[in-house]
Amino acid sequence: MSENIRMRAQLSGEVTEVKILMSHPMETGRRKNDYGDLIPANFIQLVSASINGNVLLEAQWGTGISKNPYLTFHLRGAKVGDVIHVNWTDNLGKTGEGKIAVTLA
Amino acid sequence: MMQRRKFIKALFAAGAVALLPIKAFADIWNIPAFQADKLQEALAALEISNVTISNDIQIIAPDKAENGAVVQIEVNSHIPNTQSIAIFVENNPTALIANFVFGQGVDGFVVTRIKMAETSDVQAVIKSGNRYFSAKKRVEVLENGCG
Repeated sequence: MSENIRMRAQLSGEVTEVKILMSHPMETGRRKNDYGDLIPANFIQLVSASINGNVLLEAQWGTGISKNPYLTFHLRGAKVGDVIHVNWTDNLGKTGEGKIAVTLA
Repeated sequence: MMQRRKFIKALFAAGAVALLPIKAFADIWNIPAFQADKLQEALAALEISNVTISNDIQIIAPDKAENGAVVQIEVNSHIPNTQSIAIFVENNPTALIANFVFGQGVDGFVVTRIKMAETSDVQAVIKSGNRYFSAKKRVEVLENGCG
């Protein structure tokens, strides 16, 4: 399922910049289709990032995160080759995951 | 909205409970906080109180957003031991956008893209120990991004 997350983790000095782009419709449940019917809510609620089994970030999201969610965070102490894992779960129970090795910027 | 029990079942099915949660962080989605339409209710549901306005939190966002569907927001906290960043849009149908909780070695910094229904303050609330700090940035929205 790695195709639904694109990631980059680049080490520069002490800081590794992790950039994540997820494919997800992030439907609020308030939008209508062309026939005037409400489109059911479908959005990511939980996001987790970890490195070598240690949790880096845990996020809870509502419907206010844009379609195809984007996220950047900064991490200290990572080494080139360390692998960062990201998982998400949406309100319908669907999950997505991705991983990326740290590279030099 | 999904029932709590159903959601917990979904979490089990997804194996998400196998993830190690950050200490003291509820690994279940905070339904009352995300359903609150008023900022004060959302803050209360997250047990945020006694918030101090701080100049040590920087919010980088456009002064004017053409399309409220995608507004890039950067929050950069210079407050020592920043443990979490919650982002709120006061005038959205639901005020709480996201709550980010950081593990060890992660800076009090996040960039993300949010939806804005109309012109509003974007507020970031930072947790450090038992204290809360906040900053605001006004974003003028020309086109409703909440559909």
